[in-house]
Amino acid sequence: MPAGGGWAAMFPDEVWEHVFSFLAADGDRNAVSLVCRGWYHIERRSRRRIFVGNCYAIAPTVAVRRFPNVRVVSIKGKPHFADFNLVPSDWGGHADAWVAAMAEGWPLLEELHLKRMVVTDECLELLARSFKNFRVLALSFCEGVSTAGLAAIAANCRNLRELDLQETVVEENCVHWLSHFPESSTSLVNLSIASLEEDVNIAVLEHLVSRCTNLKTLKLNYAVPLDRLVNLLCRAPQLANLGTGRFTAEYRPELFSKLESAFASCKSMKSLSGICEAVPEYLPAIYPICDGLTSLNLCDAPVNGASLTKLVSRCKNLQRLWVMDVIEDDGLAAVASSCKLLQELRVFPCDPYGADPVSLTEHGLVTVSTGCPMLQSVLYFCRQMTNDALFAVARSSPNLTCFRLCIIDPHTPDYVTLEPLDAGFSAIVESCKDLRRLSVSGLLTNNVFRSIGASADCLEMLSIAFAGDSDAGLHYILSGCKSLRKLEIRDCPFGDKALLANAAKLETMRSLWMSSCFVSLGACRLLAQKMPLLNVEVMDEKKRGGSWDSQPDDCLVEKLYVYRTVAGQRSDTPPCVWTV
Amino acid sequence: MEVSVSDFDNLKATELRLGLPGIDAPEKPAPVSPRGSKRALLKANEECWPGTSKSLEADTSNQEAQPMAKAQVIGWPPIRSYRKNSFKARKAEVEAAGLFVKVSMDGAPYLRKIDLKVYKGYKELREALDNMFRCFSTGMEGCNGSEYAITYEDKDGDWMLVGDVPWEMFISSCKRLRIMRRSEATGMPSSP
Repeated sequence: MPAGGGWAAMFPDEVWEHVFSFLAADGDRNAVSLVCRGWYHIERRSRRRIFVGNCYAIAPTVAVRRFPNVRVVSIKGKPHFADFNLVPSDWGGHADAWVAAMAEGWPLLEELHLKRMVVTDECLELLARSFKNFRVLALSFCEGVSTAGLAAIAANCRNLRELDLQETVVEENCVHWLSHFPESSTSLVNLSIASLEEDVNIAVLEHLVSRCTNLKTLKLNYAVPLDRLVNLLCRAPQLANLGTGRFTAEYRPELFSKLESAFASCKSMKSLSGICEAVPEYLPAIYPICDGLTSLNLCDAPVNGASLTKLVSRCKNLQRLWVMDVIEDDGLAAVASSCKLLQELRVFPCDPYGADPVSLTEHGLVTVSTGCPMLQSVLYFCRQMTNDALFAVARSSPNLTCFRLCIIDPHTPDYVTLEPLDAGFSAIVESCKDLRRLSVSGLLTNNVFRSIGASADCLEMLSIAFAGDSDAGLHYILSGCKSLRKLEIRDCPFGDKALLANAAKLETMRSLWMSSCFVSLGACRLLAQKMPLLNVEVMDEKKRGGSWDSQPDDCLVEKLYVYRTVAGQRSDTPPCVWTV
Repeated sequence: MEVSVSDFDNLKATELRLGLPGIDAPEKPAPVSPRGSKRALLKANEECWPGTSKSLEADTSNQEAQPMAKAQVIGWPPIRSYRKNSFKARKAEVEAAGLFVKVSMDGAPYLRKIDLKVYKGYKELREALDNMFRCFSTGMEGCNGSEYAITYEDKDGDWMLVGDVPWEMFISSCKRLRIMRRSEATGMPSSP
């Protein structure tokens, strides 16, 4: 078969492009591009969406050059453990280089999705100037922007459909940024500003909501009080996804009934969040929409369990529930009997550092697992667990794709038998064949890692903390887990041997994070030498501009981040980070 | 007088305590936001109590028994504490030094700021306000007899008459003060 266009030229390029357009998955398109040179070029020119899981895995200019016609791009920056303050605050993840390259090479860009990146106002201003068809800006878990940047977006992106700032920290700089949406701007479909700390001009917001008749998603911030929520709902009864501001006020019957009618007029409401600091007296106002809700997020509502239970029991069609542990086992029992379509459950601790007893135990988890046959995704914080409970979950929910259990005190054993929880987690990985994400906790020996390595064939992301006995544990994981992409480990007795023995595995993964383990600088040097396509970053926040070169091989590395890349060493490492 | 009171407060802040903080402990309202809020609280307290073991945790009098909290580990449990919570912690640290609220008076050309922590009760507050705004009023002895009423904006945004609730509750919910002319305050319930 002749290379360079031989048989690919059987059909005009447009035909191939049309065929390729049916391939949605990136993996499939990547495979297509490997078939022959002709297909490589046709595919790359017709690729419209790319996903960059690690912003340092490829240089922005290279990405832009290879795929000149991209319309939608998603990029992720910092490692996941940045959410828990484990990554130095100046580590990196800067969006500047990307936005600059995109401004040059992708003038028709429509959507930008960034996660855990540092974005600046200058980025947003450049963005607003450069892309005339820009429609969607989604910044999740980002930081570095201020309301001045938002003002630039509001003013210049004529066809903006979505502005979604989920969990992004925004500094205040321009108080009237909302007013920068011109009168003619009516295209918004999604405005999500829940993470904004500062006040917004509610009158301006009301006017904006009124004129954006296609608005489907509105997530307000804490600054919007309950009575103004009523006005907003009345202006946008077509809303499908609502995040309220603060849900607390002195009880006033006329406000309650206005709120209740406002909710009653929202016939399309599917998802509800916010409900910040809810007071029990106002929760019943939500009842009119409960039947239609598929997603409910009560993580900001530390209301007593009884009130929560009454609310959740009415949500017969709920597929996703995020709630705090104040719901207790009784509340979860009500969920198990009322919400038969439940697919995702997340239970967060209301008071993680206190020792206030909350009656949320392993029983709650088991009840939901047995009662909800469609359960696929669990994130559960609790203080006690048994192997039996985990066996029950493994039996009742074999279709789990995500199981993240966090037992709050490290090294907590099965409280009945005092044994490690190895058997329980092993049962989970052996039974749940489609498990893609797993977080383990409690007292665990190397045995659990042997099971995980052997059985968890679909596992893509694994999080381990305060577990294991020795290097063998890490070796089981790295030599097994065929589909592993991301591994994050903290405070485990894992070290050099397992790392070096499995160096090749690391190139098949997106990234590895290890902190407070037993990895030496010498091993990192060896690893970096052996594997030129890996960036081996070591971090020590006490070291600022000191010379890593002179450190001895046997000094322990506090934080290690290894990721595959075709971009070589990055040029923006701060003083506390060294690429070995 | 204000100086010695805040010195006293600082001394109290360094006092080692176990168990329930007393009614006059230097308290600040716990942020209600569940995720990461306790870390913010603990961080602020660490600033106040240098040298004490990390395991002491002060809390508002809303909480029940105060067992010794375990030593905190960074980033554990893995609950997302946004940078904004560290922003809140910065704010909380600033506020821990004093509870400053703006005071406006009808007819006065500019506002003042006072530190509510400095006063032990309503009587001291009224005297201080009287001293501060003396040149703008014809006398503010007591609330009932004068031509002015002291009002405050609470956490919910409602304007309330000063004096109805216990002092501690007042300072934890007061956001700003306004000294209104009695004539404008009609419709306000008079204090019992």
